[in-house]
Amino acid sequence: MAYPGKGLALLCRSLPKGWEPGRILLAAGFALSFIIPATDFIDQYVQLVLMYIGINIILSVSLNLVNGYMGEFSLGHAGFMAIGAYVASVISVRVFPAWAAVWLFPAAVVAGGAASALVGLLVAFPSFKTRGDYLAIVTLAFGMIVKSAIENIGALGGPRGFLGMDRLTNLPWVFFWTVLSVWFVRNLVYSRFGRGVLSIREDEIASELSGVDTRRVKMLAFVVSSFFAGVAGALFAHLLQFINPRVFDIIKSTDILIMVYLGGIGSLGGSIIGAVIYTVLLEVLRPLGVWRMVLMPLVLVLLMLYRPKGIMGLREFSWFVPRADLFSRGLRHSKKDLADGAP
Amino acid sequence: MSYLLQQVLNALQLGSIYALIALGYTMVYGILTMINFAHGDLFMVGAFLCFLSVLFLKLPFVATLVVSMLGTALLGVTIERFAYKPLRGAPRVSAIITALGVGLFLENFTLALSPYPKHIPSFIPNTIWTLGEISISLLQVVVIALSIVLMVILDLIVRRTLLGMAMRAISWDKTVAPLMGVPVDFVISATFAIGTSLGGVAGVLYGLCYPVIDPYMGIMVGWKAFISAVVGGIGNIRGAMIGGYILGAVEILVVAFLPSTYRDLVVFALLLVLLVFRPYGILGKATVQKV
Repeated sequence: MAYPGKGLALLCRSLPKGWEPGRILLAAGFALSFIIPATDFIDQYVQLVLMYIGINIILSVSLNLVNGYMGEFSLGHAGFMAIGAYVASVISVRVFPAWAAVWLFPAAVVAGGAASALVGLLVAFPSFKTRGDYLAIVTLAFGMIVKSAIENIGALGGPRGFLGMDRLTNLPWVFFWTVLSVWFVRNLVYSRFGRGVLSIREDEIASELSGVDTRRVKMLAFVVSSFFAGVAGALFAHLLQFINPRVFDIIKSTDILIMVYLGGIGSLGGSIIGAVIYTVLLEVLRPLGVWRMVLMPLVLVLLMLYRPKGIMGLREFSWFVPRADLFSRGLRHSKKDLADGAP
Repeated sequence: MSYLLQQVLNALQLGSIYALIALGYTMVYGILTMINFAHGDLFMVGAFLCFLSVLFLKLPFVATLVVSMLGTALLGVTIERFAYKPLRGAPRVSAIITALGVGLFLENFTLALSPYPKHIPSFIPNTIWTLGEISISLLQVVVIALSIVLMVILDLIVRRTLLGMAMRAISWDKTVAPLMGVPVDFVISATFAIGTSLGGVAGVLYGLCYPVIDPYMGIMVGWKAFISAVVGGIGNIRGAMIGGYILGAVEILVVAFLPSTYRDLVVFALLLVLLVFRPYGILGKATVQKV
């Protein structure tokens, strides 16, 4: 089979064992994430946009797990983000001593994610009984309750917002968490557990009859999804250094939905592409002022009308797919795979 | 006691507006099983049409109502024709996303045209009657009476006319109704026209009661009306009316006895509790999934 990347593929195969192209790219990206802020050879503004892209990738990948792979419809992702943002901020401002906040930043982020995951567990319970439209309403109400609750807690600044965080989010951290979230969700989706998630999307009753513990699967999927949403919120809070409940309203949830459905549901590559395109497009269209906010929903509606499956449409970049899966789906037939004994 | 009665009156006023909007959600859901998330923004467009026709055309009240109803009905039918109709066979999620997109488009388009909140000049005489210790304004009477009249008319249309019968037929069985000669496209358009024009009326009434309007006003009011529809049992027309008044009463009571910032919290918590104990609303019927 001749394709343009054949030369590149040959080059990749001739690399020594262990030097897979993915790992090389990852190492290069990680190194770059240190070099860029140190030398400032890229504009500060572009660095900021890069960090937003990373945060948006975490958000869309985590939402894709519930909305894309599991086929539920969650409308309250910004609520999880808010919990992560507020918990992490409060911990790094009020709990940690000021000199140690830099070193304990990962702990604050994990705490934000964990708090969010705990709440995600609560939201998973209604999903046992209801799904579809009614679950969408439950998650929506959850998002509204989070926002409204924060507005009523005076200690968190109420509607005025919360500030005092140092700018602890930097490019290496964003890169690390983005890669971690994609890696984690990818491994989850292609595990035995992930098959359960997919089977719920295809037919919940049939999957339950074939022995999938749907409750456990749903709980875990919600927990993982909300954990990473909380992480993204924590990173976001320490990047902006100011958060306020209105940031995490229904419009933010819709933004994340747009990224997921723009890229394509049930596809990690789609989520990444969707987040990149959406973030970059919003920045590029900035000169249009308020009209860009008119244009974006129009793009979304046209997308749904003419390509409802999104850009990737359930397809996946082959480097996210395990080799055994590639083989069984007939995407790659080679004698080498047969010789390796792939099932 | 008089304080409570006064609050009941306020609750009726707010509940009427919620009920009118909730009817639009529930009619569309009943016929298409689709949540028209753009409906709250059509309500906002209704309020803005009211503003335009009062300020520039200097129309009297009834003419303003007609302009708003026709304008929003036209917009609703157009949206249905171009955004929702092509998606009728598509997965439900596509339709929901499209509706969210249409809603965002309406909000931001209005924002681009009118960046500042607008003030609707009062054009109903500010007459207040006092009955004992309760004071009733002409505005409250107009809002409550007009809403009830419109709801009775709607109920008659749905239960007594051929169009209503066609609507009920489609919501009963989407595959068989067209085989029996029901013009599905026309009936769906008519449903959208009626539902969104009620939203337009609600926009005018809301603009009269709370005269500062802005492009994002439809989000919160829309969601709350949607909650009313769910509380009553979505897809059920009488349920939406009851739900609207329940929600209005809850909101007014919360504001009367608790700090007003708790309003949204209580309303959404109520929704969650209701969905746990009675997932299909007050008048809704539980659907059984067949295997």
